[in-house]
Amino acid sequence: MSDNYVPSSKFGKWFNDRLPLLSLSAHLREYPTPKNLNYWWTFGGILTFCLVAQIITGLVLAMHYVAHVDLAFKSIEHIMRDVNYGWLLRYIHSNGASMFFLAVYIHIFRALFYGSYKSPREVIWIIGMLIYILMMATAFMGYVLPWGQMSFWAATVITNLFTAIPLVGESITTWLWGGYSVDNPTLTRFFSLHYFFPFLILGLVILHIWALHVPGNNNPIGIEIKKPSKDTVPFHPYITVKDLFALLVFLIIFCGFVFFSPNILGHPDNYIPANPMVTPTHIVPEWYLLPFYAILRSVPDKLGGVILLFASLFILVALPWLDRSKVKSAIFRPIYKWIFWMLVLDVLVLGYMGAMPAEGTYLLIARVGTAYYFLHFLVILPVLGSIEKTEPLPLSISDPVLKG
Amino acid sequence: MFKKNLKFSLILLFLISFTNLFAEDKEMIKVNWSFKGITGKFDRSSLQRGYQVYNEVCASCHSMNLLSYRNLGEKGGPEFSVDQVKAIAANFEVTDGPDSQGEMFTRPGRPSDKFVSPYPNVQAAMAVNGGAYPPDMSVLVKARKGGADYIYSVLMGYEEAPGGFELEDGVYYNEYMDGNKIKMAKPLTEGLVSYADGTEATESQMAMDVTTFLTWASEPHLEARHQTGLKVIMYLIILTILVYLSMRRLWSRIDPKE
Repeated sequence: MSDNYVPSSKFGKWFNDRLPLLSLSAHLREYPTPKNLNYWWTFGGILTFCLVAQIITGLVLAMHYVAHVDLAFKSIEHIMRDVNYGWLLRYIHSNGASMFFLAVYIHIFRALFYGSYKSPREVIWIIGMLIYILMMATAFMGYVLPWGQMSFWAATVITNLFTAIPLVGESITTWLWGGYSVDNPTLTRFFSLHYFFPFLILGLVILHIWALHVPGNNNPIGIEIKKPSKDTVPFHPYITVKDLFALLVFLIIFCGFVFFSPNILGHPDNYIPANPMVTPTHIVPEWYLLPFYAILRSVPDKLGGVILLFASLFILVALPWLDRSKVKSAIFRPIYKWIFWMLVLDVLVLGYMGAMPAEGTYLLIARVGTAYYFLHFLVILPVLGSIEKTEPLPLSISDPVLKG
Repeated sequence: MFKKNLKFSLILLFLISFTNLFAEDKEMIKVNWSFKGITGKFDRSSLQRGYQVYNEVCASCHSMNLLSYRNLGEKGGPEFSVDQVKAIAANFEVTDGPDSQGEMFTRPGRPSDKFVSPYPNVQAAMAVNGGAYPPDMSVLVKARKGGADYIYSVLMGYEEAPGGFELEDGVYYNEYMDGNKIKMAKPLTEGLVSYADGTEATESQMAMDVTTFLTWASEPHLEARHQTGLKVIMYLIILTILVYLSMRRLWSRIDPKE
């Protein structure tokens, strides 16, 4: 920390003694960062941007949106048609959710590849997973707000999961709905929570960064380095400019979606107003929830599916203790390197199966995928820790090859 | 590096072949729409003709309750003149009120009015149409997989049912509908409307025009979106290049090996 920072002006010094904001800003500028970070490390900054963009566009959208079953769909169309640049705000917000998840998946898989969840960074990882789970809840509730067919039926399917809980399931579900079916009380509370959760996420993001600044960044080689040293660069301007460059490239892709195919990531059925009397042929969640949807449906028993769904998330929280290997970066783990890509493939396959009807071959593949997912975390990772012969680690970033 | 790319491509290849394995959708008729692509714009006269088809053919069953008559004169749409829009709106009887006596009354439509619906409510529409509700067309193009191509395909997809295909009363055969059954009778026949601009009203011409109109209706700011998008992305590309150069300059001070 920049405890020894002294502001140059008298007022600055007076203020900083009372509230060390200037010290904080100095710390953020000087923060020693490994100089070998690759572009997979720029997604933290991109994610912060996504969160802020969602909050700002959401704030304006909420000024025009009406949370009522008879008016929600129309109010969205009012935004799309009559509010100045309403179409832009809404498309940024809806595609922004997808971009947010795209970035978070890259961010998470980066952590998996380079072992960023390992000691001393377990708390960063756990906070990150809480953010991820909150993001899913927020996105799900946001998807319900337009009150289209998919909104309504997704809300029905997901809230119905709670009925699987023994004894109290029915009461809990009634309590969640605020009635005996998904209806106006459900919509208004989802809106309220959809507005609130992002600020919880923002708070957790601050903790996430705080926890990061204690041990400092992991790096592609995965060894702990001395900070500051010749292995590090000050965060500003070296990392800020690199993050900015990556953010701009990301924004070009983002804008490609917003301006040229804003509906490609959504489901056409959500442009049909919600109708409790008509069930869509296939109820599917947004793409970023598909792998978990596949896990949920791969179990023939409802309670079993729900347990597996939650287990698949909480298993990630326990990851720092499941992976027994001391070596962080997959670069030096010849077997884990392949296991990692197998997991990526497995999640992609699960995602694809989540979009398909749960029957026949699809269901079979989804079950194999689900089994492999748990096998990866519960068996392969713990065992690999003791049997894998890792490659020798370099002493520092500046000497990537071990001497002698 | 090469090894990494190889792995990527293998995964990608696997996924692509996977996707094709399960693809089973009926090929829709692909039309080269003027509004497709990053510089796509609506064909103004096609939009005007499309409104005529909607108004004279579709509107007897299908509402468009998200649109107002004023929209017909707005930029990026059919762009009828102010007087034309007023005249169009005045053709419709709008229920208004209550007046000072507490009575509802009808008056000629104004540009600010929403499109008048053919039926007072969904139930009335279903009762007249054999239990099927003719969907509101305001966002229909966005509410169907395949969008404009799908709408065009269904309009052109009416055929004689193949031998042995069972059709109930009031149900028609359509090549592109789910299950090949549709409750809407073939809406377009050659020469059904006489276009104000003298264009020959062939079946496919009318289908094209009305689909163009419906696409605009569900995405009225499409042209503005495309134009803004081009500017935004150009701006971003230039900024990205400048930031990239600054980054190179800054990082040249850092020796990766030292």
